[in-house]
Amino acid sequence: MAEQAAEERRARRESWWRRMSRRMDKASLSFSEQVRDVVLLRRDLDDAFYDDLLDILVAADAGMGTAEQLVERLRERVREQRIATAEEALAALKAEMLELLQGRNRGLRLDARPSVVLVVGVNGSGKTTTIGKFAHRLREDGLSPLVGAADTFRAAAIEQMRAWAERARVPIVAGRPEGDPAAVAFDTVQSGIARGADVVLIDTAGRLHTKGGLMAELQKMSRVVGRLIPDAPHETLLVLEAPTGMNAVVQARAFHEALGLTGVVLTKLDGTARGGTLLAIEAELGVPVKLVGMGEGIDDLNVFDPAAYLDALFAGVLDVPQPAAG
Amino acid sequence: MFDSLADRLGEVFGRLRGKGKLSREDVEAGLREVRMALLEADVNFKVARAFVDRIRERAVGAEVLESLTPAQHIVKIVNDELVALLGGEQRKLRYSSQPPTAVMLVGLQGSGKTTTAAKLALAVRREGHRPLMVAADVYRPAAALQLEKLGTDNQVPVAMPDGRAKPPELCKRGVEEARRLNCDVVILDTAGRLHIDQPLLDELKEINRRVRVDETLLVVDAMTGQEAVNVGTAFEEQVGIDGVILTKLDGDARGGAALSMREAIGKPIVYCGVGEKVSELEPFHPERMASRILGMGDVLSLIEKTQEHVDERKAKDLEDRLMAGRLTMEDWLQQMRQLRNMGPIEGILGMLPGGRKLVQQAGNAMPDERDLARMEAIVLSMTPYERRHPEVVKGSRRKRIAAGSGTQISDVSKLLKGFEQMQTLFKQLGAGGKGSKGLRGKARLLRNLQGLDPSQIGLP
Repeated sequence: MAEQAAEERRARRESWWRRMSRRMDKASLSFSEQVRDVVLLRRDLDDAFYDDLLDILVAADAGMGTAEQLVERLRERVREQRIATAEEALAALKAEMLELLQGRNRGLRLDARPSVVLVVGVNGSGKTTTIGKFAHRLREDGLSPLVGAADTFRAAAIEQMRAWAERARVPIVAGRPEGDPAAVAFDTVQSGIARGADVVLIDTAGRLHTKGGLMAELQKMSRVVGRLIPDAPHETLLVLEAPTGMNAVVQARAFHEALGLTGVVLTKLDGTARGGTLLAIEAELGVPVKLVGMGEGIDDLNVFDPAAYLDALFAGVLDVPQPAAG
Repeated sequence: MFDSLADRLGEVFGRLRGKGKLSREDVEAGLREVRMALLEADVNFKVARAFVDRIRERAVGAEVLESLTPAQHIVKIVNDELVALLGGEQRKLRYSSQPPTAVMLVGLQGSGKTTTAAKLALAVRREGHRPLMVAADVYRPAAALQLEKLGTDNQVPVAMPDGRAKPPELCKRGVEEARRLNCDVVILDTAGRLHIDQPLLDELKEINRRVRVDETLLVVDAMTGQEAVNVGTAFEEQVGIDGVILTKLDGDARGGAALSMREAIGKPIVYCGVGEKVSELEPFHPERMASRILGMGDVLSLIEKTQEHVDERKAKDLEDRLMAGRLTMEDWLQQMRQLRNMGPIEGILGMLPGGRKLVQQAGNAMPDERDLARMEAIVLSMTPYERRHPEVVKGSRRKRIAAGSGTQISDVSKLLKGFEQMQTLFKQLGAGGKGSKGLRGKARLLRNLQGLDPSQIGLP
């Protein structure tokens, strides 16, 4: 029985990427459509071809620096491998992108009992929703998570976390509005130890990364839980929404410098045809994207799989029929 | 926001100015850099291209290249085009001649609709209207509660869902409720949705049909990247929008969304959110934003802001004493509190010509809210006499003040030293700046401030 359920879960999670691919394709003017145009309109690998690719990558939020770097490497690869067609060049571009994303450890460090996960991010990035989905996923995997609602800043944030905890059927430790978030974090971890929870997920205040007090507050939370469990927090995850542009890199850098991020959760990936933001973040900061989310459904959080992501991105392009010669 | 764009453009113009006479190639190289700067600022790539094409068309004319100050000409062209790009004239919220005016807020999840609903309510109240908010987001957990709390805190009535009715029905009831309560503006807070989410988009159309919506405003996170234009286009095609509210402008967003919206979807920005406080929603002024991007500072906004928060006569009195070098710590405390009322210091300095650079140079030395609170504590731990005669505060008094304010003696000394330096500085300013009264005088004072080192204005 249990095995069967696990099997079903795996199948469901696999088909998830296919659904994502469809939704990414539905978003207007998708990456693949634009790339298809380039292949159809320009078959010579001249400067104009590379300029078009650069534009498309920039339009996918990959950022000027990363886009230039990718196109430069592509030119080299084309020269070295004597690539002659736009088709092959695109396949090479995909390979370059995969190379950029490969070789990072994307596994979550959840071996300690309890493991503490601090979830941070600017307002509106989807922290609370992500924690709800994450808790559900952990529970499905047979772990017992505990959620701490330490966003004492935004009106009704605690109620929102409570509603998600109910949906995911996981216990919650909540602070008082305008209370001390570090105290809530401390209480949550202490309660997690007492209850024998496997994973403690802590929601934090969503404020802009430029607000002076925020980073100090988060550092304090991080320190406080470290006092209860030596290695805690075991994961400090930054939640970013995919439609964010170049500011995503700035945000990630600010949080990384203050807290030492262990990973990124990219949300609302279905709201954009590309999510090139993650290329920019990994290229510039080296912080791995570990989880990706879409939609409001409780099942809509998955581990990030670079190959599946790139397949979704290039869906329908690399198998596009070659236009008749002439 | 716009800082990085302003910096990049500043560099480009600096190089052009350094050349004196400009060749076509110089202009071309400059334009390439302008385009890069725009792309890095998240301006939509099509908008960036069209923008640069327009500047090129106007800039390579013989008249510009052969003038004595070609670079100045180009800056002016860029400024004109930026203003046009941002929407030219200011677009105000349109109130219906048959109240209540129904304003519907739509947008992606997390763009800040609920917070914006409350900010908008306060903004229309400042404009002399009576708002009511309708919590029509029945999907996000606790969204209605959030709005209710914002309503209670700010004395704005909220029509709450009953757990059964669908959003279109809720909106309709909200409008009826507004009539009953004699409110003339109804703000509909709808659920956040992706622009590809058909059922939810249909629901918005349904609301539009059931309630005669006067203004549909798209709430957009200023940090949105290239996707902003797609989002705008989709909502415009599916629902039809009248204008845009940009949120989170107080972060370090590159501002590309702001620059792309008008051109790409032909809709003006009506308001922008500039801070966490509910009062921090401002009308959007295209010309001011353009000159801010070009680093000329937004002196007009600052003066307005100052007038909003500072009592005119008190300010004038203060200015006189300031120039005579007779400022006391009490004045200074009052000044600091007003400054805090106006918002974060960086924001205020950023509005001054060259002020942004000042903030940048100061970097970590810039005092944050907590430093200001500490300074306030120090001053409050002084006796009234000490505040008026800070020169008497020596060793044992410093020790007492430090103990009283929970700070170190060195903090107290630093504050006093900074204050003294500021006194001297303003005395000099006062001596050289006769006729510092009136607007022109104020502008001159502001210009003089450019040369200031922030660590010397009494901020430890």
